[in-house]
Amino acid sequence: MRHLIALCCCLFGLLSLPAFSAESPISKELLTELVDTKLSKLQPVVAKIEATSGEDALPLFNTLLAGKLYYVRATKDVVGQYTLDGDKRYQDVFTSQDVNGLDKPSFGSKEVKKIRVNNKLRVYLRKAIAGIQLTSKSPAVREDAVHALLAKLDKNTVEIIEELYPKEANKKVKEAMGLALALNVANDKAATVSSRLKAIETLSGSLENSVRNHLTKLTNDDNASVVKAANGALEKIAQRANRFAFIDQLFFGLSLGSVLLLASIGLAITFGVMGVINMAHGEMIMLGAYTTYVVQLLMPNHIDYSIWVAIPAAFMVSGLMGVLIERLVISRLHGRPLETLLATFGISLILQQLVRTIFSPLNRQVSTPSWMSGSWEINPVLSLTLNRLYILAFALLVFIILVAILRKTSLGLNVRAVSQNRNMAKAMGVKTHRVDAMTFGLGSGIAGVAGVALSQLTNVGPNLGQAYIIDSFMVVVFGGVGNLLGTLVAAFSLGIATKFLEPTTGAVLAAIIVLVFIILFIQKRPKGLFPQKGRAAE
Amino acid sequence: MKLKTLASAIALSGATLIALPSMAADTIKVGVLHSLSGTMAISETTLKDTVLMMVEDQNKKGGLLGKKLEAVVVDPASNWPLFAEKGRELLEQEKVDVIFGSWTSVSRKSVLPVLEELNGLMFYPVQYEGEESSKNVFYTGAAPNQQAIPAVDYLINELGVERFVLAGTDYVYPRTTNKILEAYLKAKGVAASDIMINYTPFGHSDWQSIVSDVKKFGSEGKKTAVVSTINGDANVPFYKELGNQGISAEDIPVVAFSVGEEELSGLDTGPLVGHLAAWNYFQSVESDANEEFITKWKAFTKDANRVTNDPMEATYIGFKMWANAVTEAGTTDVDAVEQAMIGQETPNLTGGVAVMNKNHHLSKPVLIGEIQDDGQFEVVWSTDGVVAGDAWSDFLPGSKDLISDWTAPVKCGNYNTKTKACSGQNY
Repeated sequence: MRHLIALCCCLFGLLSLPAFSAESPISKELLTELVDTKLSKLQPVVAKIEATSGEDALPLFNTLLAGKLYYVRATKDVVGQYTLDGDKRYQDVFTSQDVNGLDKPSFGSKEVKKIRVNNKLRVYLRKAIAGIQLTSKSPAVREDAVHALLAKLDKNTVEIIEELYPKEANKKVKEAMGLALALNVANDKAATVSSRLKAIETLSGSLENSVRNHLTKLTNDDNASVVKAANGALEKIAQRANRFAFIDQLFFGLSLGSVLLLASIGLAITFGVMGVINMAHGEMIMLGAYTTYVVQLLMPNHIDYSIWVAIPAAFMVSGLMGVLIERLVISRLHGRPLETLLATFGISLILQQLVRTIFSPLNRQVSTPSWMSGSWEINPVLSLTLNRLYILAFALLVFIILVAILRKTSLGLNVRAVSQNRNMAKAMGVKTHRVDAMTFGLGSGIAGVAGVALSQLTNVGPNLGQAYIIDSFMVVVFGGVGNLLGTLVAAFSLGIATKFLEPTTGAVLAAIIVLVFIILFIQKRPKGLFPQKGRAAE
Repeated sequence: MKLKTLASAIALSGATLIALPSMAADTIKVGVLHSLSGTMAISETTLKDTVLMMVEDQNKKGGLLGKKLEAVVVDPASNWPLFAEKGRELLEQEKVDVIFGSWTSVSRKSVLPVLEELNGLMFYPVQYEGEESSKNVFYTGAAPNQQAIPAVDYLINELGVERFVLAGTDYVYPRTTNKILEAYLKAKGVAASDIMINYTPFGHSDWQSIVSDVKKFGSEGKKTAVVSTINGDANVPFYKELGNQGISAEDIPVVAFSVGEEELSGLDTGPLVGHLAAWNYFQSVESDANEEFITKWKAFTKDANRVTNDPMEATYIGFKMWANAVTEAGTTDVDAVEQAMIGQETPNLTGGVAVMNKNHHLSKPVLIGEIQDDGQFEVVWSTDGVVAGDAWSDFLPGSKDLISDWTAPVKCGNYNTKTKACSGQNY
């Protein structure tokens, strides 16, 4: 909706005509009253406008609801704000045409003042708009309008819906209207019991929130059979809702699993395949997230595409940093795991401080592209958030690409050869140093890519990596060191387990329980879920 | 015993002798104990800058008692035990005369024993859970009866809310505040099944199942609201998730006690419009004093987009009162300043006058604001006059008989009005 308004505004902005007719469909007195009234007393004024102007008030109400309604201090004319090329401009609310003199970017808070709204007024406006939109030409708008009216049905709206119901051609809108009418009958104490029971029967098929609210109220009805029917209907709805709640929870688990997978998959290479305990892995993720931030800084007008640029950029930045660390530090400490652990821990502190010095210790704001925000609403009780849906798909994609690299390319062959038997590989002519550096670079680069995804979910700050390093090690160890499939299974099973524990135990205890479980599991099976077999494992 | 006192007397005089050169220094040192990194940096860095601005301002006016002020800034890095260490460093090595610091209650509790041991003086500028009154601390933020209770009253009376989700970060402030709120709500006749309590760790980022639980809790037939004591940067993903799951303020309003203008700046507030916050100050309140303060702040930070918030006002009031008290007492000696502080009056930035009470808490007005799409708050409700901060909550069985009074003859932060006895607990 907001996009639509913005689009319209832009279009009109481009086609702006200098001529402007002062005729407005709402009388000047009412508009002046709207401007002069205090916020707490604004609702009666809006009601008056609604009653006198009806459909003509729609653009005014929409602009007011969006918080874009302003008035010119000098003339008390109401104007709508829109943005053109990053500048705030003002235009006539009703005709969406530029007003002479107001379309300049220089126009500021000295000349115009915002008409503010609060929640109470927003609720009222939404209802007023829905009432007007019941007769809209677009079926989708009509359907939304009926749904918006379900929450607070009054006599007037019921009468209008009753009148419109027989004429309605669209099936979905008709269904929603039927729901509204059934709600009305079920609530109507004057109606016959049998018709009320029939109405409740109709209602029991709906997952709509307001239907449940009304049914809950009906369980206190005077009539015993109505109460019984309402309880039955509520139970039926609850059963259906619970089924969807299970799917919801599963999705949450998969989503957390995908985050864990992304965070740990790079480590599965550096720690799992190469055997390097890399404490700076979290900082590779952080570098990826900061790369996203920098990319967005460089292309502020193309946030929607910034992610596609950030993914390869983050891979390069973290990957090169990984190669550098491997060449300068880790290769010199080969075969000394304790020193490697300490050295990489030191590197992680250095990288954190570096970021603090360059970007300040405060968190940086990474914007979410518009195509990643919002949710995919399947029905009133089940909606999947888009950002997490994309990240889940992205995590699986990264996993598949990584497996393909290790299985199908010569680099992958060399990596596997070196990790299984370094001396033999060397004897066969594999340049082990080069392979080490490339492998570490690959693992770090993937951590950087994970950072791009995480920047969409969490705060981008110097401590970002620290929050994930423990989880990453946990997943890799639980899945079985050196086994990518194990990492996948471990990430998703830990994610799902955490999310199914959380509702009963709370977030803090759930994390503890999972950790204790892993400790016990490792006691029993030190090599994780999928231990490596054969001599290479020794 | 006698030997011990003698020994300590000698040690003390020795200490004064050694300390003499630094005492004679010609500056008054102001310690700043705010996290400049870690999860709380988002909130606390601003307060450090506020103190620096106030110090600069005071120096322009000629300092205090003929001496210039000197700010000593340390970074406890959102690491709670480090607050005690850094506090000790400020008092023992830097010999500061006053400390402005702390945000989270756990950090205040951490530095408190050090303050009492070394008889330091600290101004704590953040809303907190109450149940404390130390001789060495002045609490310029809101106590629960100046923020949480009025906010819940607003939800019940104005919005008709019947079900409450109390969501907080897992540490002492949210836990105590929620305990007080739970007792208060139950006293108001809200059933236990209509209250849901949820805690999450610091810096929590995966809010999906909690937000979905809130959604479910709110779709069972009664008007629901969330009372949020979520602290620090965990708020950003929390509000993001609210927006993504399509929970609008009209369905389930969230009233927050730790989210102000600073936390909202740089966040896309579009999906948050209409959610609430309860504070004693909002930048949007129109008054001359406020406008002057905002202009000064923007000039000091050289950033026209910087915002002001409630803990900044609390720091401002605390600093003004301290400067007045020092002038009145004619010394920076902690005991003298402490007594001079009680009864100090300073104009609020939002109008009216803040008074420092005998219990080291302020009397301030309470405001409730709705988030607007420009990241500012629109005041939708306010108390008629000022509300006196109550150190010990009347709604908890353990503290309803307790009062705090630092004037003679009581001189106790923890005085039981029934047994007429001071508990002897220091704070």
